[in-house]
Amino acid sequence: MRSTILLLIAAMAAFAAGPVTVIQNAQILTITKGTIKNGQILIRDGKIAEVGEKVNIPAGAKIIDAGGQFVMPGIIDCHSHIATEAVNEGTLSVSSMVGIEDVVNPEDIAIYRALAGGVTTANVLHGSANAIGGKCAVIKTRWGKDAQSMIFEGSTPGIKFALGENPKRAGATPVGQGGRGRYPATRMGVEDVIREAFTEAKTYQASWKEYNEKVQRGEKALAPRRDLKLEPLVEVLEGKRFVHAHCYRADEILMLLRVADDFGFKIRTLQHVLEGYKVAKEIKEHGAGASTFSDWWGYKVEAYDAIPYNAAIMTRKGVTVSLNSDDAELMRHLNQEAAKTLKYGGLTEDEALAMITINPAKQLAIDKYVGSIEVGKSADLVIFDKHPLSNYAKVQKVLIDGDTYFERDKDQSERTVKAAEKKTLLDKEKEQQQRQNAPRGGQGATGRRPS
Amino acid sequence: MRKLLAALLVSAALAIADAPSAIAIRDAKIVPVSGPIIPNGVVVLRNGLIEAVGANVSIPADAWVIDGKGLTVYPGLIDGLSNLGIPQAAAPAATAARTGGRTTTPADPIAAMIASAAASPVIRGPEDRPQTTSWITAADQVNPSDRRLETFRSAGYTTAVTFPMTGIFAGQGSVIDFAGEKSGQMVVTSPVAQYISMRTTGGFGAFPGALFGVMAYVRQIYIDADHYKQVKDAYAKNPRGMARPEYDRALEGVLASPRILLPASRAVEITRMQKFGAELKQSVILYGAHEAYKLPETIKLPVLVSLKWPEKARDGDPDEIDTLRALQLRDKAPSSPAALAKAGVKFAFFTDGIDRPADVMTAVKKAIDAGLTPEQALRALTLSVAEIFGVDDRLGSIDKGKIANLVVTKGDLFTEKPQVQFIFVDGQKFEPVPDETPQNQGGAGARRPTGGVE
Repeated sequence: MRSTILLLIAAMAAFAAGPVTVIQNAQILTITKGTIKNGQILIRDGKIAEVGEKVNIPAGAKIIDAGGQFVMPGIIDCHSHIATEAVNEGTLSVSSMVGIEDVVNPEDIAIYRALAGGVTTANVLHGSANAIGGKCAVIKTRWGKDAQSMIFEGSTPGIKFALGENPKRAGATPVGQGGRGRYPATRMGVEDVIREAFTEAKTYQASWKEYNEKVQRGEKALAPRRDLKLEPLVEVLEGKRFVHAHCYRADEILMLLRVADDFGFKIRTLQHVLEGYKVAKEIKEHGAGASTFSDWWGYKVEAYDAIPYNAAIMTRKGVTVSLNSDDAELMRHLNQEAAKTLKYGGLTEDEALAMITINPAKQLAIDKYVGSIEVGKSADLVIFDKHPLSNYAKVQKVLIDGDTYFERDKDQSERTVKAAEKKTLLDKEKEQQQRQNAPRGGQGATGRRPS
Repeated sequence: MRKLLAALLVSAALAIADAPSAIAIRDAKIVPVSGPIIPNGVVVLRNGLIEAVGANVSIPADAWVIDGKGLTVYPGLIDGLSNLGIPQAAAPAATAARTGGRTTTPADPIAAMIASAAASPVIRGPEDRPQTTSWITAADQVNPSDRRLETFRSAGYTTAVTFPMTGIFAGQGSVIDFAGEKSGQMVVTSPVAQYISMRTTGGFGAFPGALFGVMAYVRQIYIDADHYKQVKDAYAKNPRGMARPEYDRALEGVLASPRILLPASRAVEITRMQKFGAELKQSVILYGAHEAYKLPETIKLPVLVSLKWPEKARDGDPDEIDTLRALQLRDKAPSSPAALAKAGVKFAFFTDGIDRPADVMTAVKKAIDAGLTPEQALRALTLSVAEIFGVDDRLGSIDKGKIANLVVTKGDLFTEKPQVQFIFVDGQKFEPVPDETPQNQGGAGARRPTGGVE
């Protein structure tokens, strides 16, 4: 009897503890706490419960034998446009009423491909068509789940700003040659649009403040009209929404930092920021993060004065720097992008990997959940067959919240199954087509001839 | 002159005599939809209504009697979402909404109206009410001269829930019957819903240019409508000392609509629009639903299923091989109705711009081949439509007191060539006319043998 009760208690304890997975025989790149040559990670309820050379493996735990391969935290891309059915609401210069969360597309194959490149979290941004763009969404690449399940719970909402050639529509057909004019047409105008928008937002904020005070005093009052364009800007003013600003040139970077200072808000990250190395001190002083490319530039005039040392120089000046993709293809090998900072700027391996893990996590204020292999963080993990900074490294397995979302072996074996299904469907359609086209009533192949 | 007058009087008298006070169909198989089939029964119609139905109904002495031996009587079919009755309108492009093209044609009177509404040169945002004609009603647009009414009536359709379909807030739908000499006689009830599309202009034209812009606009409209109502109510209570609220026809139109239609064809859209509808706090009907087979058990809203099943693109690049996803959709879409039925979701069919009734029936047949029972299919073409739009107290089944809309066939309705004998709309008897609709290019009809020209 007693043993039954004990068994029951043990069973209940096991149940309460939830599913347990252990990754063993792995070289663990924790990013923040050094590297363990041959270690184990215990995952419970989707969280990292223990990390070390030896962990306490409970009976019944699912074992993943890494076979001497490398485990690193899931890669975080601070600038992406995948998994969305819309990128730009470019019709207006301020389109803060729109948001990625409305249009997340969990069926975008780019999600799976990013996952196969080790990416587990992405900051999905509105495009750069306008000075103040739409709201962003931080997602996890939970392939196979619905749109709502993609959203990174607990992430801070963001908004996209853009400076320079894109919002001023450089390269667009000019008015008079069939193009539609849209203010602004210059960098001065871009600044003005942002200033006007926040001036409007402050008035709006004041009208709600006045209303709330009236209500508190017990006076009767009609609420102001809610304005979906201005609400996110008020959130920016109140520090509840992060600004991720697309920018290239040093002068426009300084302009934006000054505008933000004037209105009393912060720029959370400068995106692209190819001339960031020229104004790293000012960026550091403002407290902005920088999310840049490793060595991608020269694709337009404002992107000429760039150097591959940008990420390293900003890092050495104390700026939190991440490397992003802005591109579904580049997104699949961010580990190689990180590796370039070893050559250009002589960063350490940990510093390099931090640029695609803990640094973007800090920039997005999700570093308490992800970005390194530490007890208490989500079990978002990537297993590479070689060191991830090697060009030969391939992703073998990806876990998000302890669940496996990508396995190279499974991917390979599923390809034949899918190919077979496709062939069956094509054959079926062809057969239907032939049946419909089949001649009737004795009209054979010779039924129609020129007379 | 006097002779002419006399002749007129005689013909008028004949016309009155032509319309019998009552009609009885006897010895017919009756499929009421609302209840079990009556293998041999009587339906009595009087004054445009069903006076009696049953196996043991006595035939009134003043009734014209139709021998129903070998005939089956069904309720008139109802198109759940169309623009039938609105002449010259562009073909409805409900499922084309996601393709992002503008679908207005110059011949479309509503398009012209929208063009004039959009005459304000700059759209600065939601406040300029882009692509909105929420205040117009189908009831004000319908016209008995629309020749499609006769074409569809001949195939057994007696009723449609018809909508203006141009723009984002296109306007209010009305239930119309396919009979009557004046527009007003056609209208059963109006408005029943607001037609909302997620149509985008694309690119950098006028707001909203992208899907999230459309959603933000729709969201702002309902916030504005709420606020507008509050301000108006406050003003109505005590106008003294209060600034007069500005009249906003776009919001008036939205507030007048008891339901909204939201487009949702793909699984992603179904999930998205269910969430969006809940956020808007409106009574929502989803339309499209081709990928409903993927997630039937998650659907909590009534659904209108488009009968325009996805097909391989005609005139496409012959060397291009479709994606597995596209192939799966084409294969599985017709199984969506059966999946919805199994999950207990309220659903009905709509023609989605198919212009040949024969093609509509072929499409229904496809759904039946994919697992829907003929009974479920019939319901989705009759009573379920009426229930979804809240008119099941007067339409959708053969019951005493309902509107006398019937279709009488020889043999079954769901055969390749259903033999419609008569159609009754508001108690008026019609005989089918041969289908003269131009056949779809490359459609099923075009592949018929053209005859032995040797």
